[in-house]
Amino acid sequence: MAGVEDYLALLKPRVMSLVVFTALVGLLVAPGHVHPVIGFTALLCIAIGAGASGALNMWYDADIDAVMTRTKSRPIPAGRVQPGEALAFGAMLAVFSVATLGVLVNWFAAALLAFTIFFYVFVYTMWLKRSTPQNIVIGGAAGAFPPMIGWASVTGDVSLAPVLMFLIIFLWTPPHFWALSLLKSDDYARAGVPMLPVVAGHDETRRQILIYSLILAPVGLAPSLLGFAGILYGVVALACGAMMLMLAWRVYRDRKGQPAVSAARKLFGFSLLYVFLLFAALLADYELVSLGWLR
Amino acid sequence: MNAPYDENRIVLTDEQVRRRRGRSIAIALSLALFVVLVYAVTVVKLGPGVLVRPL
Repeated sequence: MAGVEDYLALLKPRVMSLVVFTALVGLLVAPGHVHPVIGFTALLCIAIGAGASGALNMWYDADIDAVMTRTKSRPIPAGRVQPGEALAFGAMLAVFSVATLGVLVNWFAAALLAFTIFFYVFVYTMWLKRSTPQNIVIGGAAGAFPPMIGWASVTGDVSLAPVLMFLIIFLWTPPHFWALSLLKSDDYARAGVPMLPVVAGHDETRRQILIYSLILAPVGLAPSLLGFAGILYGVVALACGAMMLMLAWRVYRDRKGQPAVSAARKLFGFSLLYVFLLFAALLADYELVSLGWLR
Repeated sequence: MNAPYDENRIVLTDEQVRRRRGRSIAIALSLALFVVLVYAVTVVKLGPGVLVRPL
C-alpha cells in the first residue's frame, strides 16, 4: 500500500524544483507588481501542474520504467502504487492546478499551464517519446513553458523576454538529455525507446549535442544583447555558454572508453547547473538594476 | 450495533494502517492549505471590498 512518499515521488520533485525556480524567475522579472500571496499561489499551481504531468507520465510509461535500471524503482513499476491510482492522482491534480490558477490568478496563465500539461502528457509522453528520436527536442517545449507561465501570472500576456527564457530551456534540453542518454543508451534500447543514440548512434548524438550547444550559447546571451538583462547576466551567460561549449566539444572529441563516459557525465552535470546559474543571474541582475546598483 | 463479522474481510497490517493514516493526514493538510489559500487570495484581491456588496 502506497505511502505519502510514493505519491510525492509521482510528482517528480527534482524536475519540479527546476520548474518552480524558472517560473519564480519569470514571475519576479516580469514588469508590474504582483502581491506575494498571488505570486505564491501561481508558483504553487505551476508546481502542482508540473507534478501532475509527472504522475501522468509515470502512469503511461510504467511499462518502459519497469525495464530501465534508472526508473524501475519508481512507485508504479515497484508495485507500491497501482496504475489507476496514479492516473486518478495526476488527472485530479492537473484539473485542480489549472482551475485554481485560473480562478485565483488569471486565465491566460491557466491556459498556458493547461497547454503545458497537455503537451507533456499527450504530445511528448504518448506520441513522440516512443515514435521519434526527436522526442526530447520537441517535447522539451513542455519544460520550457514554466518561466513564461510565471511571467503571464503577473502580466496576463507574453512578450519577447519570456520567449527568450523559453528558448534557453528549449535549446538546453537536447544537449542535457542526450548527454544522459549517451550514458543510458542500453537502458533505452532495452525499453524500445528511440532515443537518438539508439537510433542514429553515439557519434551522431555527439554531433547533435555540439550543434545544439553552439546554438544555445548565443541564445543564452540574447537577453543581454537585446537589452532585457544587464552586464551581470551577460558575464554569467558568456562564461556558462563557453563552459557548456567546451564540455560539448569534449563529448564530441572523446568517443571511446572511460574518457567518453566521463565527458558525457560532466556535460550532464554542468548542464543542470547551467540553467540554474543563468536564471539566478537573470534574477540577480534584475534586482540589482531595480535597486540602482547596476545599470 | 456491531456489523456482522465477515471472515473474508480484508485485515490491514500495522504498516498498511500506518501508511493509510499518513495519506489521510496529507489529504487533510492539503485541503486545509487550499482553504487558507482561497481565504488569503480573497482578502488580497477584494480587501475591505469583501464587505461592500449590494443589499
